[in-house]
Amino acid sequence: MEHLLKIISKPDNIPIVFLLVLVVFYTWYGFKQAIANDRAGTPLEASMSDKVQVWPYLVRVEFLAALLVMVILTFWSFLLDAPLEEPANPALTPNPSKAPWYFLGLQEILVYFDPWIAGVLIPTLIIVGLCVIPYIDINPKGNGYYTFKERRFAVTTFCFGFIVLWVALIILGTFFRGPGWNLFVPWEEWDTHRVVALTNVDFSEFFFGVPTRLVDDSLNPLGMIIGSVTILLWYGLGVAYYFWKKGTEVIQKLGLVRYSIVAFLFLTMMSMTVKIVLRIGLNIKYILVTPWFNV
Amino acid sequence: MLGIIEQMKEKMQRSEVYKSIFRHNYQDTQRNRALQIVDNVFLHLHPVRISRHATNIGFTWGMGGITFLLFIVLTVTGVILMFYYRPAAEYAYDDMKYLMNDVAFGPLMRNMHRWAAHAMVITVMLHMFRVFLTGSYKAPRQFNWVVGVLLLTLTFLLSFTGYLLPWDQLSIWAVTVGTNMARATPLLGHEGPFGPELGMRIDNDVRFVLLGGTQVGPPTLLRFYVLHCIFLPLVAGIFMIVHFWRVRKDGGISGPGESKSP
Ligand code: HEM
Repeated sequence: MEHLLKIISKPDNIPIVFLLVLVVFYTWYGFKQAIANDRAGTPLEASMSDKVQVWPYLVRVEFLAALLVMVILTFWSFLLDAPLEEPANPALTPNPSKAPWYFLGLQEILVYFDPWIAGVLIPTLIIVGLCVIPYIDINPKGNGYYTFKERRFAVTTFCFGFIVLWVALIILGTFFRGPGWNLFVPWEEWDTHRVVALTNVDFSEFFFGVPTRLVDDSLNPLGMIIGSVTILLWYGLGVAYYFWKKGTEVIQKLGLVRYSIVAFLFLTMMSMTVKIVLRIGLNIKYILVTPWFNV
Repeated sequence: MLGIIEQMKEKMQRSEVYKSIFRHNYQDTQRNRALQIVDNVFLHLHPVRISRHATNIGFTWGMGGITFLLFIVLTVTGVILMFYYRPAAEYAYDDMKYLMNDVAFGPLMRNMHRWAAHAMVITVMLHMFRVFLTGSYKAPRQFNWVVGVLLLTLTFLLSFTGYLLPWDQLSIWAVTVGTNMARATPLLGHEGPFGPELGMRIDNDVRFVLLGGTQVGPPTLLRFYVLHCIFLPLVAGIFMIVHFWRVRKDGGISGPGESKSP
C-alpha cells in the first residue's frame, strides 16, 4: 500500500490520477447521454437547436469555465511543486527508465514488438489511422449528437482503442511496471534485483512443437512458414468477412478500398491485444521470426 | 454629489476619446449584444448567435476551449520562464534551482507551466473523445478532424520537448527512452530494417539529426529548446487558427439538425 502511495504521489504521476478519474467519468457521462438519446428516439440536442445570442449565453459559460480551470490550476501549483531531481548524469541510468506518461502505452508495446514496429510503425499508424476516420466512416447517422445504437461498431472500436489500448496501457506502465520493466502489483515494493526467468517460446513451438531455431542455431524454415501463414490467415479474416458479408448494404456502400482500409486498421489494432494476451498469458514471444524482423 | 458623477459620466461617454474606443453603449439590447461580439477582435471568433445546445457544457464538455485556455496560460508562463532560463547544459539545471529557490513567484510560474502542460495533454485527448462520441467529424467537418489530429500530435511534441529542459535525471532519461525508438526507424535508423544497408550509422541516422549527437547531450538541449519555444508553438498556433476558422466555416458546432439532410 505504501508503495502505491509512493507512486501516486510522485508529482508527475498526479496527472495520471486525474486522467483516470476524468476518462472514467466522461465515458460514463457520454454513454449515459447516448443511451438516453437512443431511448428517446430523437436526441436531446434536437430540442435545443433554437438560436441564442452568444453574448451572454455562451460567453458566460466560457468565463465560468475559465475561472474554474484557473482556480484549480492555481491551487494545484501552490500545493505541489514540479519535480526537479538530481542534475542530468548520462552515466547513471535509472531503473526503470520511463518515457513521459503519455508515451507509456507506446513504451509498453515495445515489450511485444520489435522497436521499429512499436516505436515507428505503430505511432505512424495511430496518427494516420485517426486522420482517415472521417473518410472511412461513411455512416451519415450520429452526426452531432450522442448515440450508441446508430454507430455501434465505430463507437465500440474507438472506445476500445482509446480506453484499453491507450489509457489502460498508460496506467499499466505507471503502476505495474518496475525495474527491468518487470510486472509488479502496485502495492508491491520494487525489487531491483528481481530476475524473471525468460521462459518465452515462439508461436510455432508452443502450438505445433516446431522450434524457431534448428540445432545449428539457424532459423527453422518450417517455423517461418507457420508464422507467415498465421499472419496471412489473420489478415485473411478481413478477406473472408468481406466475401461473407459482400451482399450487405453496409459493405456495398463502403466499397472495396474503404473496406480494406477499415479491415487493415482494425485487424492491426486487434493484433496488439492478441500479442499482449499471448505474451502475458502464455509466454509466447513471436509469431514470426525472420532474419530481418520479428513479429 | 451623485448628480455630479452622473454628469461627468455622461460627459465622458460623449467625449471623442471614449467614443473612439467603445463603439456602442451598454444598454442590454439585442443590437448591443450582437455588437459586443462583432466589435471585439477577441470575441468575434464567435458567431453572434449559435444554437442553444452548443452552449450546453454537457454537450461539448468545454474541452476544446479549455485546451485553448491552457495553451494561452502556457504561453504566458512560458515567456516568464524564458527570462530565467538559459538552454546550455552548464546553466540549465542551475537556472532551474535558482528559479525554484530565489525568484519571487518563480516556483508558482514553473508549477503552473508544468501542470498546465500535463492538463493540456489530458484535455486535448478528452476533446477528441467527445468529438468522436458526438460523431462531429462527419461531413462537413472531416478536414477539421484531421487538423485536430495534427494539433494532438503537436501537443504531445510540445510537452515532450519541454520535458527535457530542466536538465535533471528525470528529463534526460525520459527523453532518452523516447528518442531511442528513432534508432529503429526503417531505412533511416541505424538499427532499423534496411538502415545499415543504406549506410546508416549511429552518427548519421535520423536519431543523430534529432539529438545533434549520438546521445542526449548539450546540442539536444538547444534543439529541443528552439523547437519547444519557437517552432512548435508557432506551428500549433497556426493550426489552431485554422481549426477555429474551420469550426466557424463548417457551420459552427455540430448538431443533430444537419444529419437529416446529408
Ligand atoms: C490544441 C488542440 C485543440 C484545440 C485548442 C481545439 C479547440 C477546439 C474548440 C475551441 C472547438 C469548439 C468546440 C469545443 O470546444 O468542443 C473545437 C471543435 C472541434 N475540434 Fe478541436 N481542438 C484541439 C484539438 C482537436 C483534436 C485533437 C481533434 C480531433 C482529433 C479536434 C477536432 C475538432 C472538431 C471535429 C471540432 C468540431 C466539433 C463540433 O462541431 O462539434 N480538435 N476544437
